[in-house]
Amino acid sequence: MTDSVQGELRRPRRRKRGLVSRIVGVFGELLITAGVLVLLFLGWQFTLNGVMLSNQQASDADQLIDGWQSGGDDAVPAPAAPATDGTTATPAFAYGEPPAPAGEAAPGDAEEFAVVYVPRFGSDFKKTIAEGVDPRSVLNKGGAGHYTSTQMPGEVGNFAIAAHRDGWGSPFLKINELQLGDKIYVETQAGWYTYTFRGLEYVTPYGVGVIDPVPQVPNAAPTDRILTMTSCNPLYVASERIIAYSVLTDWTPRSAGAPAEISGLVGA
Amino acid sequence: MYATLWRLIPGPVWLRILIVLVLLAAVLYLLAFFVFPWVDQMTAPAQEVTVDR
Repeated sequence: MTDSVQGELRRPRRRKRGLVSRIVGVFGELLITAGVLVLLFLGWQFTLNGVMLSNQQASDADQLIDGWQSGGDDAVPAPAAPATDGTTATPAFAYGEPPAPAGEAAPGDAEEFAVVYVPRFGSDFKKTIAEGVDPRSVLNKGGAGHYTSTQMPGEVGNFAIAAHRDGWGSPFLKINELQLGDKIYVETQAGWYTYTFRGLEYVTPYGVGVIDPVPQVPNAAPTDRILTMTSCNPLYVASERIIAYSVLTDWTPRSAGAPAEISGLVGA
Repeated sequence: MYATLWRLIPGPVWLRILIVLVLLAAVLYLLAFFVFPWVDQMTAPAQEVTVDR
């Protein structure tokens, strides 16, 4: 198509639109643009940003694991001989009591210090756990955050973590699909802590009792080793919190190799 | 506004369309990798997934 045809087809432009009409026209186009930008942003949050955060999480987790594996086993206490005489306190772990995390330096603010695996969330689900639950520096990175006031993995008491389920990679999207007996693995320098899912609870955003050492029993002396996961509920509304409780049922020192269910993800 | 922009772009129609597509791609790239991440941090809800007093 040539310019001359274009020129003939084009109708003569009306000269001199009224000033008000032009201003209103520009204003309308700006509003439409703003609307398109908002829709683009929402689309970006749930697609591209989720993919980018998930990729970043995977590479962060791999980097942590690599560091632990190259760190050498001498940093990890030798595992106790498997208990066979039944004299160990319940719950009896095949490799004895998990080591106290005292030897390891406490993680700094927003520092990634553990990796969590939840096969129920997906066969390749692997996210980091960072210190603190600040949205900007921790949770919006697409991983989980550790409530600083709670215990560390494997400790007697409550290891409480939080993560998004409606954006920012939606790590805990399927938290409501956990089933009794599902395994949740937390990996640290020392090895793998195997938690077994026990049940869900729904609380208000102020239900801080769920991260007590004995959940919902203030000032009680803990005996169990609990993992508490918190996220928002209902999806996209977040007027409540969904809580998933699990209890430590096993632990595997690094020298013994990863539990079979997640060994393919650890990359050892 | 957009009509004025369209008139400002030089060249025949096919070239104008090409220029517009390139400009759109550039705008989308800037939005996705610079503007949106910044807005996301600015508008982050204070507490959404955690329990707090």
